Amino acid sequence: MGPNHLILNLEDICFNYTGGPKVLADLDLQLFKGDRIGLMGPNGSGKTTLFQIIMGLLKPSSGSIEIYNTPCKTEKDFIDVRKKIGLLFQDADDQLFSPTVLEDVAFGPLNLGKSRDEAMEISLNTLNFLGLSGFEDRITYKLSGGEKKLVSLATVLAMEPEVLLLDEPTSGLDEKTKITLKNVLSGLDLSYLIISHEIDFLSEITDHIYTMENGKILFDQEVHAHQHVHAHPHGAYKHKHD
Amino acid sequence: MFEELTNGDSFIHGLDPRGKLIVVFLFSIVVAAANRFQVLLGSLAIGLLIVLAAKVPARELIKRLIPVNMLILFLWLFLPFTFGGEPLFFMGSLAVTREGVFYATRISIKSNAMMLMLIALVASTPIFSMGHAMHQLKIPKNIVHLFFFTYRYIHAIYREYLRLKNSIKIRGFIPKTDLHTYKTFAYMVGMLLVRSFDRAHRVHNAMLCRGFKGDLYSLKKFSFKTNDIVSIIFMMAMIVIMGVMEWARII
Repeated sequence: MGPNHLILNLEDICFNYTGGPKVLADLDLQLFKGDRIGLMGPNGSGKTTLFQIIMGLLKPSSGSIEIYNTPCKTEKDFIDVRKKIGLLFQDADDQLFSPTVLEDVAFGPLNLGKSRDEAMEISLNTLNFLGLSGFEDRITYKLSGGEKKLVSLATVLAMEPEVLLLDEPTSGLDEKTKITLKNVLSGLDLSYLIISHEIDFLSEITDHIYTMENGKILFDQEVHAHQHVHAHPHGAYKHKHD
Repeated sequence: MFEELTNGDSFIHGLDPRGKLIVVFLFSIVVAAANRFQVLLGSLAIGLLIVLAAKVPARELIKRLIPVNMLILFLWLFLPFTFGGEPLFFMGSLAVTREGVFYATRISIKSNAMMLMLIALVASTPIFSMGHAMHQLKIPKNIVHLFFFTYRYIHAIYREYLRLKNSIKIRGFIPKTDLHTYKTFAYMVGMLLVRSFDRAHRVHNAMLCRGFKGDLYSLKKFSFKTNDIVSIIFMMAMIVIMGVMEWARII
């Protein structure tokens, strides 16, 4: 794919929290239009940090970030990035701050300059799309964990982003909600990057799985569908057969 | 917390929150400044009338009045004895003064009258509408945001507190009067502060990701209707009458 399809281009990104060791060390990452990528790695390997750097919430100590072929350095550059890239936070309580669901979902569209009526329409459609119709007037902090997660996703999707960054979207979800999430994601015509520890989940909805280690991304794991004809302990985890 | 009450459909619920805020504000000023019992009893009557009109259930009303009156109870323990003036009667060697009793009575009536008005306001207005009404009344943005986020995250912080409390409980902690207990409580408070700070940071980040530029927009449109205008004129008249009674010493 050519440079026109290059959405995200990170080169030689280094980052460390004040006084701490390097979390990201000369990290490179490219994301093209239509890419559906999973990102795995041990806790503390810098996955969440990477997302925050892409969104401009953290500034790398060195390296370059280009998004849609525009170099992004200052807070102002990232304001436009945030209109196109949606980030789903690990903890839904961080994302939902309005008292009611509708107000929270409409917050993004209103910030983008939509009128009240447009924002309301977009929000209702998004909720509907996620199977959450009837949730408009629910109180956000009284939702269940799964509902909170789906509503957070609605708040991100309502901004009509072109790229989604999902930070452990399945953590704390039951099987049923996971399936809903899977169906929603595979039905979207978006590029996305998903952090998860669940190989099964990732292999179903992504085309590539990258691993993060020592502040770098390793690009070697392509997803191959393979059938299981046997059962054994830990069979759900990725393994090889002779 | 309060949402349970805001779903009511009384006459007061339907009024414009901006009008309600202004009325409660002016009412509180006059009541706080007033000293004459005629005026104070009048304000208490108005407060009761409004609470009745807002159809606040008696149980909820009492639940919310108890904390204020506990505080007032403490005042009653000290004020009658410490306020200088003409002694009414003696309890042992302590003199209960006339002025002290009057003073404590005034404070009791004032606080309860104001609380009744505030309860009626909070119970009949969703917090989000209240925030936007404050915003439209040109109350500084920072105060409005503070009000709004305090409300939203008190619940999250409270849950964090419960989690911490459970985690020390399951490890066999029993509060006693010793250094270990004080230390544990200090850690808990410290932990809550640090976690709240972190959460505030993450929430702010999440808001930035969704294009937050310092403004909160409302989905609701406010407009003054005949009901609002009539109620505001009525309440203003009441407040002015109270003021005139107080300062012109009529009746």
